[in-house]
Amino acid sequence: MTPRLLFILLLLAAMLSLGLGLTSGSLPLAPGEVGRALLGQGDSATVEVVQQLRLPRVLAAFACGGLLALAGVLLQALLRNPLADPYILGVSGGAAVGALAAMLLGAGLAATQFSSLGGALLAIVAVFGLGFRRGERNIYRLLLTGVVLSAGCGALVSLLLTLAQFEQVKGMLFWLMGDLSHPEGVLFAWLVLLAVGLCAAIFSGGLDVLAGGLDKAAVLGLAVGRWQAVLYFAAALLTVSALQLGGSIGFVGLMMPHAIRLFGISVHRWLVPLAVLLGGSFLVLADTLARTLWSPLQLPVGVFTALLGVPVLLWLLGRR
Amino acid sequence: MLRTQNLTVAIGGKIICRELSFSIRPGECWGVLGQNGVGKTTLLRTLAGLHQPQVGEVSCAGQPLQDYARRDLARRLGVLLQNEDGEFWGSVLDYVLLGRFPYRTALFGYSAQDEEIAQRALAQMELGELAQRPLNSLSGGECQRATIAQALAQQAQYYLLDEPLQHLDLRHQQQAMRLFMQQRKQGCGLLMVLHDTLWAQRCCDHVLLMFPDGTLQHGAARELLTRGNLEALYQCPLGETEVDGERCFIPGV
Repeated sequence: MTPRLLFILLLLAAMLSLGLGLTSGSLPLAPGEVGRALLGQGDSATVEVVQQLRLPRVLAAFACGGLLALAGVLLQALLRNPLADPYILGVSGGAAVGALAAMLLGAGLAATQFSSLGGALLAIVAVFGLGFRRGERNIYRLLLTGVVLSAGCGALVSLLLTLAQFEQVKGMLFWLMGDLSHPEGVLFAWLVLLAVGLCAAIFSGGLDVLAGGLDKAAVLGLAVGRWQAVLYFAAALLTVSALQLGGSIGFVGLMMPHAIRLFGISVHRWLVPLAVLLGGSFLVLADTLARTLWSPLQLPVGVFTALLGVPVLLWLLGRR
Repeated sequence: MLRTQNLTVAIGGKIICRELSFSIRPGECWGVLGQNGVGKTTLLRTLAGLHQPQVGEVSCAGQPLQDYARRDLARRLGVLLQNEDGEFWGSVLDYVLLGRFPYRTALFGYSAQDEEIAQRALAQMELGELAQRPLNSLSGGECQRATIAQALAQQAQYYLLDEPLQHLDLRHQQQAMRLFMQQRKQGCGLLMVLHDTLWAQRCCDHVLLMFPDGTLQHGAARELLTRGNLEALYQCPLGETEVDGERCFIPGV
């Protein structure tokens, strides 16, 4: 399949998934009703459901999926490791500790978000400072520092869960498994996605060169150290933005870039937009299923990303 | 001119060379010979600006390497590394196109001219039919040919080639050497690390011999590639024969 054809198909898939997300729910709506509600026409209950509940949620889900997929693409190029995902460098671990600590102290939604942001930023600075010390760019040390910090955060998360009251645990587990029911900062997330996505597409040649190895990149004219630092912080920004939207949603960042590569597309000028479209559509679909399948019970979206993604990817892997 | 001045290079506390000064002029081909682990690759990496010398400097066209922006340097100096530390997931054509990265001006992707140059380099290395195959599905020899095609696509003025013939069969060794000699005729300066003394004798006008005791000799290939020098270099007895009027040294068994 050519990249252009896949791009068109994924664009259609994105529109379809957004449409499905807007029409599905405890109040099923016809596409025409959704269209009118988006324009502010029709009965007020429908307008409120579409404009206040479903639209922000599908936009949040799409942005979150796109952010995670793009972070995965950038980190796999930076670390030259196919197992790299947005959480490998400890960002989600720091965010989880921050969020759960705030929940344990009985903080509200805003304070929890703020605390998770603080935890993520602390992790970003700590990993960069320890991993890239003295200006020496050792990618393995960076990776190991991130993995060690993640392990430490994992232990702290277990401790916080143990210390939490029984009624607090459910909220904590939802945050840990990923939940898009209270998206905050959707506009900011879209701006980050568009800005970083555009930059990544424009500078995609550098990403290709970097994926070929550090010495190779240097002899082909890439300022390797500067690129590594920029990529690290860009990926961290994408991950933090995604965490703020939907907590820690696994699978998307790791597997979306590989799903595109399984179509034989590896150059970043295509990989970047295609992974963003696939990640966004995929998360909208997963979130729609998570909130409708056992309605009115809403399940954590992170469970569905894995349940949907694993069989599809195993099938794709089996084909090639 | 690619020039080293009073170059002292060390790696892991081991001195590779002391106060080495030599120049590669346009149209010259230098061979670097020596046993495994003697520091040939480290010396080449120093010449490429990838390893910092303890003392001295390397300059290209009169300007120290560290004063170049990496992109400008990449237009002048092409480097073929012995081992690449990355895993490239794209096609053979995508990989060869990376050689055009120093010239890339298009916002998205490469220009038609860049693609044409990459396709030509692929054809020169007989890889045209494999252009769309994933690079990681090629054999070792085919990968090496793709690496050579990438270096050729770079259209540099000087080339530093670390074991350019590794993994290649005789036919493709000859083909690669012909292409390098074409570059030389067109005015490129070449330095290649070689293990095959026959190719050094045939293609190099200058050689740099790195002896096991840490001493170095450099000069005209005809003068330095003697049986005595090569036996001291590799610390093994050699036989001597003559093929097409040229002296050849072969290891005794």
